[in-house]
Amino acid sequence: MVTSLRLLHLYPDLLNLYGDRGNIITLKRRCQWRNIELAITEASLGDKVDFANIDLVFMGGGSDREQTLLFQDFKEHKGPALVEATEEGLPLLSVCGGYQLLGQYYKTHDGDEMPGLGLFDAWTEAGESRLIGNVIAQVPMLGGKTTLVGFENHSGRTYLGSSQSTTALAKVLRGHGNNGQDKSEGAVYKNALGTYLHGPILPKNPALADWLLSKALERRFGSSQIDSLPDCWEQKAHQAIIKRFS
Amino acid sequence: MFPSPRLLTALWVGKVAISINRHIGHGGTSLPGMVGRKIAPQVLSTLASQLKKGAIVVTGTNGKTTTSKMIAAIMEKGGLTLTHNRAGANLISGITTAFIHSASAGGQLKSDLGIIEVDEATVPPLTKEVKPRVLVVTNFFRDQLDRFGELDKTVDLVNGAIQKLPPQSTIILNADDPLVASLGAKYTGRVIYYGIESRSYGNREMTQSAETRFCRLCGHSLDYDWYFFGQLGHYRCHHCGFQRPRPHITIGDISLKGEDGSSFYVETQENRWLINLSTPGFYNIYNALAAVAVAWHTKVADQAIRLGLEGYKTNFGRMERLEIGEGRKAFLALIKNPTGCDEVIRTITQNEGPKRLLIMIQDNAADGRDISWLWDADFESLEKVASQLQSLTTSGLRGEDMALRLTYAGLPVQQIEHKANIDEAIRSTIKATKTGETLYILPTYTALLAAKTTLTRLGYSSKYWEE
Ligand SMILES: [Zn+2]
Repeated sequence: MVTSLRLLHLYPDLLNLYGDRGNIITLKRRCQWRNIELAITEASLGDKVDFANIDLVFMGGGSDREQTLLFQDFKEHKGPALVEATEEGLPLLSVCGGYQLLGQYYKTHDGDEMPGLGLFDAWTEAGESRLIGNVIAQVPMLGGKTTLVGFENHSGRTYLGSSQSTTALAKVLRGHGNNGQDKSEGAVYKNALGTYLHGPILPKNPALADWLLSKALERRFGSSQIDSLPDCWEQKAHQAIIKRFS
Repeated sequence: MFPSPRLLTALWVGKVAISINRHIGHGGTSLPGMVGRKIAPQVLSTLASQLKKGAIVVTGTNGKTTTSKMIAAIMEKGGLTLTHNRAGANLISGITTAFIHSASAGGQLKSDLGIIEVDEATVPPLTKEVKPRVLVVTNFFRDQLDRFGELDKTVDLVNGAIQKLPPQSTIILNADDPLVASLGAKYTGRVIYYGIESRSYGNREMTQSAETRFCRLCGHSLDYDWYFFGQLGHYRCHHCGFQRPRPHITIGDISLKGEDGSSFYVETQENRWLINLSTPGFYNIYNALAAVAVAWHTKVADQAIRLGLEGYKTNFGRMERLEIGEGRKAFLALIKNPTGCDEVIRTITQNEGPKRLLIMIQDNAADGRDISWLWDADFESLEKVASQLQSLTTSGLRGEDMALRLTYAGLPVQQIEHKANIDEAIRSTIKATKTGETLYILPTYTALLAAKTTLTRLGYSSKYWEE
């Protein structure tokens, strides 16, 4: 029997900055190498989604203009159903702008608050300068001292709320992370992840890619068993960043 | 005109700096201009105001170096003398260096025409100092995003500068790029559009890396009935009515001849020029078209246009042919963003013979610190020629990232080799290239500079600042 999973890519035509397409490529190949069929569906403005058929969701970031374009559609149509599904354990990876949209609100320079979906107990404030550069962080949920490497480029400062349900994805060792102050990077709520890391994030952090896939397998088939892969260049590219920037 | 003592000092100090730079043998071209501007901030505007036939300014993400060199080749055949920032130093200090170099020690500029290639973000300060007779905008793609944040801002910057141009300036725009064409919608002076009408190349469906395909005027998505590459094609906005302007100057009967270049007709309502271009790549047809548009507008003789373009040789790392010995071919092609990279990959896959590939990726400031764009480029297309690939080598500060990208593009992992040192990577891949094989070297910008140093030492390439 062929194992198959379904990935939903949200707003691929609008949220497509900084090579985040590489995350989809990575999930697809890592499934293929394990004889898992990964079917990819895309949904943009006006498209309807039935989350019951979805095993994994990816949402990237876009420019301010593009995020404004999709805001209404997301808030009214796909967003609430997505939140409901993640409450029931649907794994999700959101990057940068997508991550911000899933917080409580985004506060602009003028002090206006644009409400988000409230999936993560987190909010974002517009910042004066952009936080740009290579990031190295540690991810407790992947056990021990597993590191995460990536490239951040954002002006929003994200702060995590005090409820214990949303936790930081990683602890920043180098770079800025969520806000440049509290050493937190990204957010985790159940199996939903938010992060500022591009690079893209998954190719050089195969443990994180496999975490998402095993959560999806567990939810669909009841077993999170996943074959290990050689990860030759994955590790070399990861280590090259650690060596240069830590 | 009597130049001020301050201006003369700036000139002399600048000229000394230029000669020292050349003497110690590196092509650093921005320092003399920077020093000159410190001493006399008006040095560039004073010199540029002496140009008898004004200045042609060329900007855009891809093709600005090639386009301005093509314009220069045509103008030289037309008998004009030029001031041109040839070395691709396209920020304000590099441009100033070119003018200091061109001026006499007495502060006189003898050139007829200025040809200035300029970085998109530098268009506003430049056009304050140099009032262009013609401004050409080639295209807007994502490039080194970490400098600006977003592509939209770049387009806004250029648009802002265009609104402030003197009324006698002409802007020449690529009609096929909606981001560029939108600049014309708001400009009240003369606008000339160029574009490709022929649908013998391109696709009905979008196949390559995604770029913004939304209407800049109203934000709705554009409808395309033809794509060339990136967001270039035939489009219209059904919401606000914005559509691809009808080009004044266009191309017919394209025939691509692989690495031997292409031939095509450039047409206006009253003229038709047959052009044979030895420089390969579909994208270079756009560059030639932009150059002909400038020549046509400034009334250059037909003969000069034809001879200028036919004599034009691929320049500095833009699919530059290297002579590495009989029966062995090597090409050097700068890659710096997905769209340009996809065009290079397309040219490589058109070659049927055995080939080797050396890809050198760096993340220094001049390359762009963020190399995420590698994942937007279509390296998957190389799978089609995987059986012809004799070797696959990566190098540079981010060579491991490139090796990883190739792995996920479906290329055989055991075939991929990483050599951290650029000098060594070039020497060994050239050595390995056998008779009948073609070597493609694909560097980012600073890797290209390093490659040039090695190639010059090996005797395979001219010193780039002399080009
Ligand atoms: Zn419109």
